[in-house]
Amino acid sequence: MSQVLVVTSGKGGVGKTTSTAALGAALALGGNRVAVVDFDVGLRNLDLVMGAERRVVYDLINVVQGEAKLQQALIRDKRLETLYLLPASQTRDKDALTSEGVARVMEELRDSFDWIVCDSPAGIERGALLAMRHADVAVVVTNPEVSSVRDSDRIIGMLDAKTEKAERGEYMEKHLLLTRYDAARAERGQMLKVDDVLEILSIPLLGIIPESDAVLNASNVGSPVTLAAAESAPARAYLDAARRLEGDVVPMIIPADKRVGLMGKLFGRRAA
Amino acid sequence: MTIFDFFRPTRSAPVARDRLQILLQHERVSAGASDLVAILREEILAVISRHVDIPSDKVQVKMQRDEAVSTLEVEIELPNPIRRRAA
Repeated sequence: MSQVLVVTSGKGGVGKTTSTAALGAALALGGNRVAVVDFDVGLRNLDLVMGAERRVVYDLINVVQGEAKLQQALIRDKRLETLYLLPASQTRDKDALTSEGVARVMEELRDSFDWIVCDSPAGIERGALLAMRHADVAVVVTNPEVSSVRDSDRIIGMLDAKTEKAERGEYMEKHLLLTRYDAARAERGQMLKVDDVLEILSIPLLGIIPESDAVLNASNVGSPVTLAAAESAPARAYLDAARRLEGDVVPMIIPADKRVGLMGKLFGRRAA
Repeated sequence: MTIFDFFRPTRSAPVARDRLQILLQHERVSAGASDLVAILREEILAVISRHVDIPSDKVQVKMQRDEAVSTLEVEIELPNPIRRRAA
């Protein structure tokens, strides 16, 4: 059974694309056939974060409009055999994405992949709605910061109202992915804690991704952090999150970078 | 501000949590209410359209929220002459 996963947040810059790439690669490492799909028409970046920017020939809009076959547009990852990217268009207008066209492409993707991970654009407009429309499960990416939490609350409301699953009267499965978390600052009362965000948003926790240089380093070289630095704290957190998506029960810890040493041990405490 | 505050880091996170809790409580209610207003407007329009010709923008529904009660204001403008639909 294939699963369509939307990675969404409302607010921009919280880590949707990073998380899409990292989770997509982690799921593929687990032996799944995975397609990561960029819905951010006009501002595509998933290709860049995945290191495939020079291999884009056709894109999602070409496929939606019937100008290219899905197989022509899918780019196979050079590191992982079972990981594919469907890029967004950089030049076309986002109105070129039709609802029916997207539905058709998603159906076709379901035939050949175990996981289809959709990277939503920021905002609550058409593009974000199309990205979440056909999802079976949603990952809400949130920073421990007031504006991000507020926007996530809004997106959760839309997931419960505007997805196909919600319209059929079914429960829309949603998970919180807390990114850029700094356990030490939270402990000092300078950053919202995991429990604060969980209490406010009241959706289950999928993972806590600690703030780390490894994330920026990975995007610099065009590789999902789960591949570029598999031993780093954020990569371990993403790998655990991917296992939870597959239904495994994995204890929730906030991994700390080894380089941090003693401090990391002090503050890399258990949560939830 | 006492001399002791100087040595203690500012704990701003509890303020953030409280502000969010109050704000979101309000926003969730108003998001639900605007849906309600939209549904009411559509159904009122449908009922009236069954009997009279009416442009869809001539039905206005507003909700006023007060502490004890909330009021619903419905304004329906019928252009003259009133054109009844055949039964």
